[in-house]
Parts: sequence; structure tokens; C-alpha cells
Amino acid sequence: MIQILHNVNIDWIGKRKFFIGISVALMLVGMGTALYRHKFHPNGTEAFNLGVDFKGGTVITVRFKQPPSAEQLRSAIQAAGIPDAVIQPVLDKPGEFLIKVPQSTAETGVEVSRTQIGNALNSFPNAGPEIVGTEAVGEIASKQLKTQAVAVTIAALIGMLIFIAFRFEWTYGAAAVIAVFHTVLVTLGLFSIFQIEINLTVIAALLTLVGFDVNDSIVVFDRIRENRKLYRRLNLYDVSNLSINQTLSRTIITSGLVFLSVVALVLLGGQTLRPFSLCLLMGILFGTYSSIAIGTPIMVWWERKLEAANKLPAASPRESGFQTRSVADANRKGVGKPSRAA
Amino acid sequence: MKKKNLLQRSIIIAIVTIVSFYIVIGPHGRRPHGKDFTWSGIKANLADNIHLGLDLKGGSHLVMRVKVEEYLKRLTEDSASAAANAAKEAGFEIKEAHAETSGGNYQVVLQAADPSKAQQIREAAEKKVDLSSNAGWSFSQSGANLVWTLSGASQKQLAENATEQALKIIETRINTLGVTEPTLQRHGSQNSHQILLQMPGITDPEHVKQLLKAQSRLELVHIVSQPSPASAQTYSTREEAVASMNSGGNIPPNRRVLPYSERTELSTDKENANAPKPQKWVVVESPAIIDGSELRNANAVQSPGGGTEDFQIQFSLKKTGADKFGTWTGANINEYMGVVLNDEVKSIAYIKSQIYDSGEISGRFSKQSAEDLALTLRSGALPAPIEYQEERTVGPSLGQDSIRAGVRASLLGLGLVVFFMLFYYRGSGVNAVVALMLNMVLMMAGLVMFGATLTLPGIAGIILTIGMAVDSNVLIFERIREELRSGKTVPSAVEQGFAHAFVTIIDTHVTTIVSSLFLYFFSSGAPMIRGFAVTLALGLVVNLFSAVYVSRTIFIWLLRRKGGRVESLSV
Repeated sequence: MIQILHNVNIDWIGKRKFFIGISVALMLVGMGTALYRHKFHPNGTEAFNLGVDFKGGTVITVRFKQPPSAEQLRSAIQAAGIPDAVIQPVLDKPGEFLIKVPQSTAETGVEVSRTQIGNALNSFPNAGPEIVGTEAVGEIASKQLKTQAVAVTIAALIGMLIFIAFRFEWTYGAAAVIAVFHTVLVTLGLFSIFQIEINLTVIAALLTLVGFDVNDSIVVFDRIRENRKLYRRLNLYDVSNLSINQTLSRTIITSGLVFLSVVALVLLGGQTLRPFSLCLLMGILFGTYSSIAIGTPIMVWWERKLEAANKLPAASPRESGFQTRSVADANRKGVGKPSRAA
Repeated sequence: MKKKNLLQRSIIIAIVTIVSFYIVIGPHGRRPHGKDFTWSGIKANLADNIHLGLDLKGGSHLVMRVKVEEYLKRLTEDSASAAANAAKEAGFEIKEAHAETSGGNYQVVLQAADPSKAQQIREAAEKKVDLSSNAGWSFSQSGANLVWTLSGASQKQLAENATEQALKIIETRINTLGVTEPTLQRHGSQNSHQILLQMPGITDPEHVKQLLKAQSRLELVHIVSQPSPASAQTYSTREEAVASMNSGGNIPPNRRVLPYSERTELSTDKENANAPKPQKWVVVESPAIIDGSELRNANAVQSPGGGTEDFQIQFSLKKTGADKFGTWTGANINEYMGVVLNDEVKSIAYIKSQIYDSGEISGRFSKQSAEDLALTLRSGALPAPIEYQEERTVGPSLGQDSIRAGVRASLLGLGLVVFFMLFYYRGSGVNAVVALMLNMVLMMAGLVMFGATLTLPGIAGIILTIGMAVDSNVLIFERIREELRSGKTVPSAVEQGFAHAFVTIIDTHVTTIVSSLFLYFFSSGAPMIRGFAVTLALGLVVNLFSAVYVSRTIFIWLLRRKGGRVESLSV
């Protein structure tokens, strides 16, 4: 039997300050970058690099006598300085292409785009290129849709929170949702820092990573619930560490497999899919991390706080955080007999 | 495990698998024949069954223009007749009222009988009709003529609003029609009032085009006629109708002359039914009692007593409209009322008793046209007619090259997963791979059954499902290993492993299904999110079957085959 990770004994919860510190730093850097760009527009950038789906742009109709492949056309347009053009061949008029370019600046966008595409077409002197039409287009995602997408995601998160609260405790639900929020914010922050294009497919990828993140959190929570019944003498702190460690091999295998598949998509999936696949990639990384390093510690902290408030209403000596008891003790008792109670 | 149980499980799995395979690769709506089992036949059926969206396959590219000048013209004409009526109600005599709508000018002109009363007339008109400078009208007076002119800036603003409104209505219509994930955006400069619609390959694009174009302007009007029991006053030519008003060949501002196609009696004679109906004309009061903006709902229903080919539209009114309508009908018992659609009288009836909030439009509609009309009425009337300016068929917006690269990368990813599962879990890995493949077949069958259109966001949902399918097996196998390590016998370890992992799997799956239901029900205006939610929920339900039920059955079979005393398990 090949086994990665066996009998691991890591004090995850004890490192919570370190983990949460890293996450807060990441979020601050990402959101800080977004705010800075939003306010000062360095090099003409915005908080987020929104694609033609979100802010509209220019549609340029091009006709070729000897049409190149869409692939060649795309790389020529990229070389001319437009990384995120959408290229659609016109099927009933062979040789024609519609090229959608995100708006470069509000007023002169159409002209600038036309010139840039014109330059790109010059690299096909023998194909007889000709620009036959230039039109401004509005955004696909209306303002309504933008607000609705956010509202819908929040509604879905609330739905999760309620269901997890029903199956576990509401602190578990809140912790899982906070972990998801963290993942989304960190991912968006990275999108701002590296100015990766955000289009409608990225929104789909964000929804996907929400799913992965919550899935990971629930697997850990489920083990915690089970172990609490098994080891009644262990405190929540130790049970949580034990549960994370017990599910660690599953976490690494599942996330690792999905991660590998997404890496394949990033490397080989082509330019158009890259914002989508990069978003998934970051989501897998931070989603796995956050369910262990953010969600569970927050839940433990919260549960303990509630416990303390219930036991000692007024005169509780301010304990600094958690009791850091050795988990080795728990492991000796625990691992090896997971289903004693069953 | 009893033998019967295993048999029963195997039969269920076999049936589900075969049926799903048939749904995915079989022909629909006809009996299969030999060709369907050849490679090319399967390929053709597959292409028929699985609809690909705009981003993966392309579709129609339609540029339409909102005829805003017609909107401004109507607005001016309506304002002119309303202003004249208001002045008359206030007791002033108006010699003549008309709307000037040529050469980009939009003017309301009232000619007062007594020029000295101009100021009072203006006040009376502006009290009832919004001809204020805030609404963009500037007033001027020359002699007996009172003139309100719409400024250029307001024309622009009104035209812009009309275009935005048309965009919203078209969006509602196309979403109600179930066209999956179209893209709709403004096109051209702000003054061109164009809308660009791209929609995936659909079976009847002409039908969709007609529906989007339908103006669906509904009005309920008072017909100028002797009250019932005399029959409603109709005229056989337009001239006759105009002459009946004795106003020197002009139509007074408070009247309109509209065509009316009389409802022919139902007859079994097919030829007669298709014959052009005699067109008549009627004089109606202007303004209308209420219009389509007061509509709350509209549905196509079969006409009472009519055949299967005779449909009508039943509508109900909002509170404000119902109040107005109730008051009016209460005061006009036995008068004739007409239902006007796009300036054509569809039906005439006399008022038997006070009517509040509902009515119907009859007119021998076919089922299809009644349903279309109800749909467009519900979405609201277009502020102006629409014309199609450009139509093309376009390729996938993701680009053929990207799609090919994406498919290649996904297959590689899938290969990696399969390789790892077989390598790491050995014998049991086969279980996982079988479950994964079955998951994908069932999921495709589900998508075909729902007639879903596959787009990239849908594929994102599938990726998440596949991730969770792999996860389910990993959870189960890791748990079985744990149980084995704790010294359990193989059958008991399998039993316990499934039992424990099952709780986790249910929790993760139901949580995600709950959130995808939330996504689905709150995203009526965001088809992309809906596509994602549908594939996700479908995939997870399928996964509970394939990863848990099927995988479990394979284990039961393995254990039985070796007979109760199994000492090792390849996991």
C-alpha cells in the first residue's frame, strides 16, 4: 500500500496567528493594490482589468482575401498590444472576422483600437486584409447583472451558512463562509495585482472555487463532529487538530489531483481560457489552505469564546488564547480506532 | 449482504447506464435504425443531442435598431391630443390641434379660438400633460398658435431611454423564451440606437426574431357607437369612418380611426377559415381607457366553446389599472369597448357589468400565436418598433483554437486523475475510474434530457462535479484504509468506511446542492449563473449515485466473489 502522510501530528490550530497573519497580509496587499489603482490609475490601469464583457469596447470587422487561422490572427493581435481580444469568424462570409477589443480609453477607444488592429493586420501583407467596419459595443453584463451576480453569490453563501448551521453549529457555518470569503478576496486581489483580465468566465470560476472551498471545510468539520463524540475527554482544540491531521491525506490527494488538472489547463488550455484557469488554480490553492488554516481556527476560537461566556459570565481570568496541550496524547488514544463508537 | 441485494443493485445500475447511454448517443423522436450504431451515426446524434453555446459553437449575430423617431413621433402626437383634451375639459375652445414631426423637429401645436386666453390654455394643458420645461419642452406663442417644442437634448435623452428600455424588454423576452445564454449589448455610437444580439444555434431563429420584434402595444378603448343592444358601429372604408365625425375630413384630437378584422364565425370549412377576413373600420376615443403598462399578467388559454385551434389571451390588470378600468366600465354599462393591439382592433364587446381587473383578447389565435402574444405582453410593449439591420452567422467566441487546446488540456487532466487513482489505490482505483466515467455519462444524459446548452460556465460546473466525484472516492478509500489499519476485517472495514464517508459525502453534496439552488432561483436575469447552477446540481445528484451506490456495489461484488473470508483488499 502506497501511503503519503501517515500519522501526521501537526499543531495547525497553534499556528493560527501565523496563518491568519499571512492571509490578512495577502488580502491587504491585494485590496490595497486595487484601491491604489482605482484612485491613481498608474499606467492607465484600473482596480480590475475588466474585459469586453464588463466594460464594452470596439468590434472591428476584418476581411481577408486569404484568411489566416484564428490562432495566427490572435497572436498577431497580441503582438500589437491587445492581449484580451475576442475573435469570432463569420461563418456565412468566409474570410471575415469580428474582433472585439476592450475599450482602451472612453473617448478615443474606437480609434485607438482601429489603429492597433490595423497594425496587427500589417503582419499579413499577402492575405489582403481590410477593415470593413468599426463599431463601439456596450457591455454584455449590464449593471443590473453585475449587482445581481454579487447578490446571488451572497444569497448562495447564506444558504450554505444556514444549511451548515443546521447540520453542525452556526459557528461552523460562519467559519466556513469566512474562509470562502477570504479565498475569493485573495484571488481577486491577485487578479488586481497581476492585472489578469476579469470576464464572465472568471465569474464562473469564482463560483467554482466557492464550491471547492466549502467542500474542504465540511470534510474537516464532519470529522470534528465525529471525533467529538468519540473522544469526549479531549477539548475542541485537540479534536480539531486531530481531525485536520486525519483528513490530511484525503485533502492532499483530492486537492492535488484537481490542482494537477487545472495546471494542465493553465499550461495547455490556451490564452483565451487563461483567466478562467488561473482563477481556478488560485482558488484550489487558497481554498485548500483556508479550510485548514482559516476556517477551522476561526470556528475553534468562536466556539471557545461562547463556551467561556456561558461558563464564567463575569469574573473569567482573561485566558490568552488556547491551551496548548500536546496532541500526541490524543493521537496515542485516538488514531487507529476511529470508529470505536460506531 | 444478501445475494438478492447484489442482483437488484446490478440490475438498477445496468438499466440506468444503458438508458443514459441511449439518451446521449441515441436518436430522439424517432425509432433507431442500423445507421445509429455506426460511428458516424453516433457522432451525428451526439451533435444533435448536445447543444453547444455561443462560446463553444457560435450562432447568430443580429444587429437591430430601435426606431426612436417613431417613439418621439408617437409621444408628440399623444401629447398633442392629450393637451387638446385637457384644454377642452377646462372649458377652452381649441380650433385645431396637431403634432409637427418632420425634419427632426417635434412640436405640439394648439390653435386657440380666442388668442387672449392663450396663457390660461397653456396652464390648463400643462396641468394635465407634462409639457413643462423640465420634461424638455419649450413653449412659444405666435398669434393664436401655442407651440411646445422638444429640445434637441431632450430628444436625445428620450431616445436613449427608449433604447435602454427596448434592450431590457428584449432581454426579458429572450430569457423567457429559454434561449440559453445569449449576449445582448448596445452597438454603435450612442446616437445609432442599435442593439447587438448574439444567440447560440437555435432551431427556429425566424420565430425568435419575430417575437423580439413584436411591439405588443395593448390598449383598451371606448368605441364610438350606439350602445348595446344596437350593434357596434363599424364602417367598411376608412373614409366613411372619418366622414362620420363631421369634422371636415380631419380626425379630431380625441378620436382615432382604426382597422378592425371582424372575428369570423367558426366553421368546420377549412377553406373558409383561411380566407381573408373582411376588414372594417371603427372610430375610437382617444386617449385609451388603459394601456398595456397596466398589465399584470397575460396567458394563452383555449377559447370557451372554441375548437383546439381557437385560442385567446386572458389578462389581468395591476391595482392602478383595475381601479381606472372599474370606474370607467361602471359608468359605461352597455357601451362598446375594443381591445386594440398595435393599432388594430382585435375584438369588440359591450360592457355587461362593471369589470375590474381582468379581460381577454379573442381573435381566433392559433395556440402558438396566442402563446407568443401572451409572452410579449408580459414582457411589456416595446417603446418603438425594431428593425433588423444586419444578420450573420458567427463562429465560437472562445475561438476554435482555444476550444481545441482546452479539450486537449482537460483530457490530459482527466488522464492524470485516472492514472493516479489506479496507481495509488490499485484494485479499488478501478472502482473510482468506473464511477467517474459513469458520472460523466449520466451527467451528459441529464443535460440532454433538460435540453441544456453547454457553455464554458457550465463546464466549470462540470469540473467542480468531477472534482467532487474524485473526492468522494478518495474519502471512501482513505476511510477504508484507516479502518483496515485499526485492525478491522476487510468486510467490516469496507462497511465502516462507507458508512462514515457517506455522512461526509452527504454533507458536502447537500451543502453544494443547496447553494446551487440558491444560485438558480436568484439568478433569473443572469443566464450564465443559471447554466452553472444547473450543471452543478445535476452533477452532484448523479454523483451520489455513481460514487456511492455504484462503487459500493462493486465492493460488495468483490467481497462476495472471494467468499466471506477475505484477508486483503487492494486499496
